[in-house]
Amino acid sequence: MPKVEINSKVCKACELCILNCPKGVLALGKESNPSGYHYVTVVNQDACIACKMCAIACPDAAIEIYK
Amino acid sequence: MEKVYSVPSTKHEVVGGFCPGCLHGVVVKLVCEVQEELGILDRTVCVVGVGCCCITARHWKCDVMNAPHGRAPAVATGLKRMAPKDTVVYTYQGDGDLAAIGLSEIMYAANRGENFTVIFVNNSTYGMTGGQMAPTTLVGMKATTAPFGRKAEDVGYPLHMCEILNQLGAPTYLARVSCDSSPNVIKTKAAIKKAFQNQIDGKGFSLVEIMSACPTNWGLSPLDSIKFMREKTMVEFPLGVYRDR
Ligand code: SF4
Ligand code: SF4
Repeated sequence: MPKVEINSKVCKACELCILNCPKGVLALGKESNPSGYHYVTVVNQDACIACKMCAIACPDAAIEIYK
Repeated sequence: MEKVYSVPSTKHEVVGGFCPGCLHGVVVKLVCEVQEELGILDRTVCVVGVGCCCITARHWKCDVMNAPHGRAPAVATGLKRMAPKDTVVYTYQGDGDLAAIGLSEIMYAANRGENFTVIFVNNSTYGMTGGQMAPTTLVGMKATTAPFGRKAEDVGYPLHMCEILNQLGAPTYLARVSCDSSPNVIKTKAAIKKAFQNQIDGKGFSLVEIMSACPTNWGLSPLDSIKFMREKTMVEFPLGVYRDR
C-alpha cells in the first residue's frame, strides 16, 4: 500500500503537488508550519498509486513516496 | 516498504529560499538528483550568477563560486581550463543575468565551445531586484519598469537564447524545456543529465534553458502562473532540442 510522506516544515503551500496528483490524494491543511504556510496534508491515502507525480513537481522537495 | 522517491542526498535539507511556486526549486532538485546519479558530487563546482540564482547557494552540497553579474560563463571558462581534468563545472543563471548583462560572456563561451554545462532558468523577469523588464519579458507583459506592458516599438522583442546560440558553430547541445508539469519535469531532468554527461565525455558546450514561473513578480498565484506559462511564455519560447551532436 503506497504511502506519501510530507515534510511539513519545508512545504510552502504552492499546491503544485495537488495540481499534478491524478488521484486527489492531497489537499491544503488548516495547520500552519513555522514559516506560516498551511502545509499540504494527505486526505485520501487509499487512492494513492505511488506514481510520484506530486513529489516530482514539488519545488521544495517536501514529498517522499513509499510503496 | 520501499522508498520509491526520495530527496537527493546531494542537496542540503533546508527550508528553501524561493517564493511559493517558484520553479527554481524544481531545477535545483533536478541538478542535485543528476549529481547523485552520476556520482560526481565531490568533483563538481557550481558557478552561480547574480539574482535569484544566488539563493540556490544554500542548497548545493557541491562547491560553489559566485561570479560577478553576468560573468558566470567567463569564470567557469577559467575554472574549467585550470582545474584538475575531471572537475565538472556548471553555471546556474537566470535570464537577467545570462541574456542581459552577461550576453557577451555567454555568446563567447558558447562560440568557443567551452566544455562546461549551463543551467539557464528563464522566467521572463528580473526576480530578485523587483520585477523589472528583462530581455525575455513578453511584448505586452507588465513589469515594474514597463507599467503599461513591454512595447516592441520602444524596447524591441524578447531574446530567444537557444535560437540565437544555435547560429554558432561550436555548441554541442542546446535545449529548451519546462517545469510546468511533472511529465515536463521528467524531460527537464533528462536534458540536464545529458548536458552534464556531454561535459564528462568531453563533448563541449551544453546549455539547458528551463522555462520557469515567478508568481511574486508576475502578480499571480502559483497555479495561475502555471497557466500563464502554458498560455503565454511557453508559446513565445517553444520547447525543443535545438542542437544535439
Ligand atoms: S508542491 Fe511541495 S511545497 Fe508545494 S504544496 Fe505541495 S508539498 Fe508543499
Ligand atoms: S504518488 Fe501519485 S497518486 Fe500518490 S499522492 Fe503522489 S501524485 Fe497522488
